[in-house]
Parts: sequence; C-alpha cells; structure tokens
Amino acid sequence: MIEEAVLGRVLSAALVGGGEFSEVFAEDRRGTTAVFDDGRIEQLSSGRDRGAGVRVIAGDTTGYAHTSDLSEAGLLAAAEAAGAAARHGGGGANVVALERRPTTHPSTVEVLPDDVPKARKVELLRRADDAARSAGGAVSQVSARYGDSRRRILVANSDGLLTSDDQVRTLFSVGVVATGDTGMQTGRQSVGHTIGFELFDRYPVEDLAERAARRAVTKLAARPAPSGEMPVVIGAGGGGVLFHEACGHGLEADLVAKGASVYRDRVGEQVASPLVTLVDDGTVADEWGCFGIDDEGSPARRNVLIEDGVLTDYMWDHTRARREGRPRSGNGRRQSYQHLPMVRMTNTFLLNGTDDPDDIVAGTDQGIYVAQLGGGSVNTATGDFVFGMWEAYLIEDGEITEPLREGNLIGNGPAVLLDIEALGDDFAMGSPGTCGKDGQGVPVGDGVPTLRVRSLTVGGTAA
Amino acid sequence: MSGDLGDVADRVVGWARDGEAVEIVVGRSRHTEVRAYRGDVESLSAAESMGVGIRVVQGDRQGFAYAGTLDDEVLAETLADARDNAAFATPDPHVGLAEPDGVAVPDIDLFRPSLLAVPTDRKVALALELEAAVLAADPRITGVESAEFVDASGESCVASTTGIRSESASTACYVSVSCLAEADGVTQTGFGFSVGRELDDLVPADAVDDAARRATRLLGATKPASTRTTVVLDPYVTAQVIGVIGSTLSGEAVLKGRSPFADRLGDEVAASIVTLVDDASNPLAYTASATDGEGLASRRTPLIVDGVLRSFVHDSYSARRAGTVSTGNAVRGGFKSTPGAGCRALALEPGDLDQAALLRDVGDGVLISSVIGLHSGVNPVSGDFSTGAEGLRIVDGVEGAPLREFTIASTLPRMLRDVAAVGADVDWLPMRAAGVSLVIRDVTISGT
Repeated sequence: MIEEAVLGRVLSAALVGGGEFSEVFAEDRRGTTAVFDDGRIEQLSSGRDRGAGVRVIAGDTTGYAHTSDLSEAGLLAAAEAAGAAARHGGGGANVVALERRPTTHPSTVEVLPDDVPKARKVELLRRADDAARSAGGAVSQVSARYGDSRRRILVANSDGLLTSDDQVRTLFSVGVVATGDTGMQTGRQSVGHTIGFELFDRYPVEDLAERAARRAVTKLAARPAPSGEMPVVIGAGGGGVLFHEACGHGLEADLVAKGASVYRDRVGEQVASPLVTLVDDGTVADEWGCFGIDDEGSPARRNVLIEDGVLTDYMWDHTRARREGRPRSGNGRRQSYQHLPMVRMTNTFLLNGTDDPDDIVAGTDQGIYVAQLGGGSVNTATGDFVFGMWEAYLIEDGEITEPLREGNLIGNGPAVLLDIEALGDDFAMGSPGTCGKDGQGVPVGDGVPTLRVRSLTVGGTAA
Repeated sequence: MSGDLGDVADRVVGWARDGEAVEIVVGRSRHTEVRAYRGDVESLSAAESMGVGIRVVQGDRQGFAYAGTLDDEVLAETLADARDNAAFATPDPHVGLAEPDGVAVPDIDLFRPSLLAVPTDRKVALALELEAAVLAADPRITGVESAEFVDASGESCVASTTGIRSESASTACYVSVSCLAEADGVTQTGFGFSVGRELDDLVPADAVDDAARRATRLLGATKPASTRTTVVLDPYVTAQVIGVIGSTLSGEAVLKGRSPFADRLGDEVAASIVTLVDDASNPLAYTASATDGEGLASRRTPLIVDGVLRSFVHDSYSARRAGTVSTGNAVRGGFKSTPGAGCRALALEPGDLDQAALLRDVGDGVLISSVIGLHSGVNPVSGDFSTGAEGLRIVDGVEGAPLREFTIASTLPRMLRDVAAVGADVDWLPMRAAGVSLVIRDVTISGT
C-alpha cells in the first residue's frame, strides 16, 4: 500500500515536534452488499474506502490525524497534524529501522468473494426467500442480506514494526415477519465468519431462513414475558452476549484505568462462580472476531480473563500496556483508519462445564429458557447490564413450555457471575456480532454452553 | 465554499448515458476532537473525510456504489460499478430518482464561519476546563470517564439527471462529559452535554450541572419491587422513545408490512393530547437541513394530530409506490448508502407544565432518568417495548429515593394511548427527536 521508505520518512516527520512514539495505520477496504426485501432483489451495492491514520504519542497525550490521500505529501500532512496535536511532549525519539514481521492469520480463505460472480451472490438471496416463505402461510415478509468485505491493513511504527494483515469476512442474515391474529412477530438469524464464499458450503442459506421463519411463526403464539426475578437458563451458543456485557467490557483496561469498571483492583479475586472460565481469543480460526494482527500490529492472542472464577487479567491495547509497562494482549482495535484504536474484545467465550444440558432444564422448577439472546448494553461503572431475548420460553416444573414475546433482561455483572449455578458440556459459538464502544463498531464473536443463572430480572409485562 | 463539490457532482451527472438516470451525492467533512483526562490532553484528533455515492437507474432497476475519495479515475469506476450492480436488481416499476416537486427550499442558515476560525488552543482549553469543572462540582464526584470538545463542518451536494441540484453546508460543535460519583463504595455515572453551531452557542456549565446531578442523585439507588405504575420520562428518554415510534411511521416500513400502524391512517392511535410532527426545516432541530437525502425541500409533516394518525413519511420511492408524494423524508447514512424513508426531526407538541408540576400531578410513580437497551428490547414490528432503566421514585408529587436495575415495559401502541401529559420543557437534543417530559400511565416496572 505504501513504500517502506515513505513510511520511515512519515514516522520521522511525525516525531519532529517531540513525540515519543509514532505509528502509521493504513487500510484498504472493499465490500459488496446485496439486499433482498419484499420479494425482490432491491439492490446490489459495492464500495471502496482507503486511507491512513497517523498517531503520535507524547507523554500521556495522543495526537491523531487521518487522510484518504496515501501519497507521501498526504501522509506527511497527516504526520504534521498528528505531531502538532501531541506537541506538549518532551521526547524527541528516533525511528528505529523498520523490520517487516510476517503475520500468521488464523483463517484460510478458500474462495475470495471478489472472484465470485455477482449473480451467484444474489442467487443466495432468492434461495433464502424461497425457503423462508415455504415455512408456512403465516410468513408475511422476508428480507435477506449478503455482505462480504476484504480489509487489508498495514501497521508501521517508530519502534521498527512493519506488519500487515488481510481480513476477509462474509456474512448472511435473514429477517422474517409472521402475521397472525395476535399481530406481527419477527425472527432473525445470521451467520458470519472470517472466511470467503466457502461459507455457503458449510452453512446452507436455507437452514438460516427456516430458523428465522420458525422463530417468527412460533412467537405468534407467544404470551407476554413475565416480570420479576427468576432463574434463567441460556441455551448453548445463544447467550455469549451475556458475558460480553456482564464482564467483557468491564475487563477492558482503558475503562479499568479510569475507574469506570466494577472489576478494577480485583485481579486475583474470586469474581465469578468457580464454574466460570472466560477466554477472549482472537486466534480462533474462521470466527467473526479473529484476525492475524490487531489494529496496532500486535498478533492475535488467546487470553484467559477469568479462570475457575478468579479474575486473572484485563485486556490491553498499546496505550494502556505502555503506561503499565506490560505486554499488549492483541486487543487494540479500531473501526477504520478514521478512528483511534482502543481496547476491544475479539471472540469472548465461556469454556465447557460438566453438566448435561437436559438436566439443567429439568432441574429448573420455574423460570425461563432463552434459546437466543439479542443485543445488549452495559454501564461498566455500575455493572448494570441488559440484553434482549429473541427466542425464549417459559420453564414450568422442569420443562420448556410456552414461547414468550420479546423483552430485555437486566442484571448486575458481578452478582450474575457469582450466580452461575450450572454449566453444560455442549459449548457452541454464537452468531456474529458488532460490538459498539465510543461510536466505533468492530466484529466480535461469542460462545457459551447451556447454563443457568440463579436469578435475573425479566423485563416483561406479565405478573 | 462547496463549489468544487458541485463541480464533481455536475461532472458525474454529465457522464450519464442515454436512457439511464444518475444521481450523485458528494460530501466532505472536517472535524476536531479533543479529550481531556487528569488535567492533560488525552487525545487530539483532526481529520478530513470525503466521498461519493452514485445511484444509477436503468429501466426499472437500481444499482449503487460508493468510494471514499474524489479522484476522477475512481469516480468513473464507481459509476461503472453502480451501472453493473443495477443489472442484478429485480425490476420494480416504482424505482426511480426524485424529481423537483416545486416545494420551496427553506432558507435556513446552518453554517457559522466563526467555528472554523477557533484556534486549537481554545478547543483544548474548553475540554480541560470542562473536566476540571465537573470534578469540582460536587465532593462525591470521584472521576471523569470522558470530557471532550468536538467540532465538525460539512458540505455536500446532491445532483441528478432528473434536475435535482442541492448544495448545503453546516457546522456543529459540542462539549460532552461523563463523570463518576461514589458513596459507600458504590459508583454511579452521569453525563451531560451542550450542543451548538458555533462556540458561542455552547453552555459548558449546563453540561457540567447535568452530569454532576445525574451521577449524584442516583447514589444509594436500590432495585424497586415489580409493579404497574405511572412513569415520567425525562426529556432525553422521551427523545429516544419518540425516535422508535417514528421508525414505525416510515412509509417504507408501512408498505413492506413492518409497521403496527400500517392500516391505521385516520384512526385514533394516541391520547388526544398527542400531536407529533416531523420538521427538518426547523433550524432549532439538531438534524435540521434545507433539503433531504434526495435533494428535495425539507418540510413540516404532521404525523399524529390530536391523537389521530394523519400521515406517514415518504421518500420518492415509497411515495411513488403508495401513490402519493414525497414528504422530503429521504434519509441517508452519509455517502455510503442509498436513501430510505425515515423521520428526520420529530417533536411532540408541548403542553403547559414543567417537570416539577407534572410530578405534582402524578403524585406517585417513577421518574425515568435514563434507559439502556432500546435496541435489544424494543421491537418496532411487533410493538413490544422493554428497556432497562434508572430513575427516582415519585412520592407525594416530588422526587424521592433513587432506583436502579429495573425495566419498564409496555407496547408502543399502548404507550401512545396511555400518554397522560406532555411537558412544556422542550429540549432540542443532538438526536432525530426533540426531548420533552412525558407522562405515561400503566407501565410495568420489573424489579425484585
């Protein structure tokens, strides 16, 4: 993308004002999106975006400037702007000679989406629509979306690092509306992996469509969700967002350092039930949140955050690790070259327990079973978090009974972690997610085995 | 100042072939962001972004492509991509670009040159002062999560072979602060902001007061027992809820069978005190602009009048399909997407009482100061509404003990009918809807 000699000159120019560290992050992103809705292919769209951001650190101050002009002149202008922003520093470091470091990407792409004719991409959409509509007369509307992206990044910094990555992601989602006497209900299902078009050999779009349709149709007979505190069983693969919100964000070192996390100063303490071992792992091949290097050039890593209930470590980016004098953990990510990196999760999941999932349900007197959670949110400073339920049922006398309408559940992270009282042996990864923080979205994955929380507050309207 | 963008737009429109319609949106923006932390500049970002989105209609098919650059060579490739993409769409007789409709473009000035002249040092000082002020506001405030100054200026042009040509420019700036307060080892958070088009519009003290008050008044909060009660939504919460209701009134959602209000035009869908208007031509609105995403004039569209559903919002596609005219409601998420029909600047017609008077009338209930998880617990198709909340008990008509970790739930159609009062305290927030205190009866609180 950019010649090595140019990178060296830009990194040096960025330090002229007195910075201690400079970095160039360049990105070239291309993608295709195809949307099917209301019985027709609405639109195929394609886009390209290319640019670079220059970061300069001086003391505790970071300067940043970005440009879509990748010529030497454009990059030098960004370097000057970033350097000026950080001019309070007294460093005056030199750029170490760049040394190219090879990247090992966890995934292997078999079929680049760019090499696939557009007609084959839109054909998938028609197939999904057919499959969803054949799921029953109650299906009244279907939308399907295909998306692929190829993101090539390059990171060079004044410590001499020069490295790059090529990230290909492919995504497909189906949304179904079912209509009946009780009104309308929706069902959604998506699949996304950090691989190419071979995604569709592994996951037929018909399966997704049928699942989304069944979800919508089932909910036509749903009753309002209950309200109040009760045991909640979460199905394998359907509930990773629980841990993403209950503790994932709170273990991001930038929030911890600002005192905005209920998990600050708690490394080494029992913060969760001994059943809980939580891992954040950017190296899991093919998963939505995997990559070769993070957006600061650190290789992806497997990091154990909570082991047998004991908090072992937080997640780190360059800025926080540098300040604490410790290694980075491969969690420095950004949405695009137009953003500063910060601490972000990758694939965050709970390891298997030993319980039989059927026993977990059978051992629950009264409560709810959530097969698929929706999105969630957390206030990391208080630990209070919510997550939605897309597919949920009542549990009565140890059996899954009636479907429930949608709603949020609310809990407090530290309390819920201690309340995990049963953990299955049926681990599964969940659906692809986009995690939002400070206005930046990045792809993340999650996963859990079947588990039971002793008590969560279910936010329905029924008594 | 956007002359060069207009040139780019005209050039691309000029490349259209016989028998095809071409629309281009081209935009450029600059922004600065200064974050303060512990008396120092944590980060200072300065940047310029630009790009184009090109829509091509050939016969009854539409294609789209975008690029994050204005290079001539890339423009030509982007147009070629959009043409190529059009070939894969299913023919639809309603597809087409907007055509000039004779509605006068409102004369609103959203561009303040003074903002461009503010030196960086002044912006840095504002962020540092903001952080210092919130730390000094109350002894219980123990930290600042973020304190920032942001400014942005943008210019854009929409032009098409159908005769659309609209140029616009605007400026905006804000200060925003989020702080932590602590008592008895428990932390609470509060945020505040102040928004304007130029520096003189900003009132940093308001942002500081809001953040400090929001954080400290929640100290000692407990979880309420589950019940059904009357809630009073703070203006900031109302704006979010109104935004969701607005999404159900999109002509596109209606036509595609995704709105619970689809067959309800002319029906009484809300309490008679509810009048809801969309009006992006109102310069007070943060999202105001002279034209919409297709270059048609922004205009005032009453959606619900005295409780009766009067109109949906349309862009040119949904209007053509519904057999009506565009309401100037084409919304696009920048140059990277095609327009869709959506509300742009919603506001409830205010009532006569301020929030304190509303609380007196309510007597007993819950004041909702913030909500969390609207995206995960509200379904604008089924109408189910459930969201996490924090707030204060209302006891004998005044603010009482703080509450946290509970949800409020109802359905969107029911909430509209259960509106008991609209406040007089209209607040134009940096959102697609204005804030105002709102009283809603019979909402389920789920707690212990």
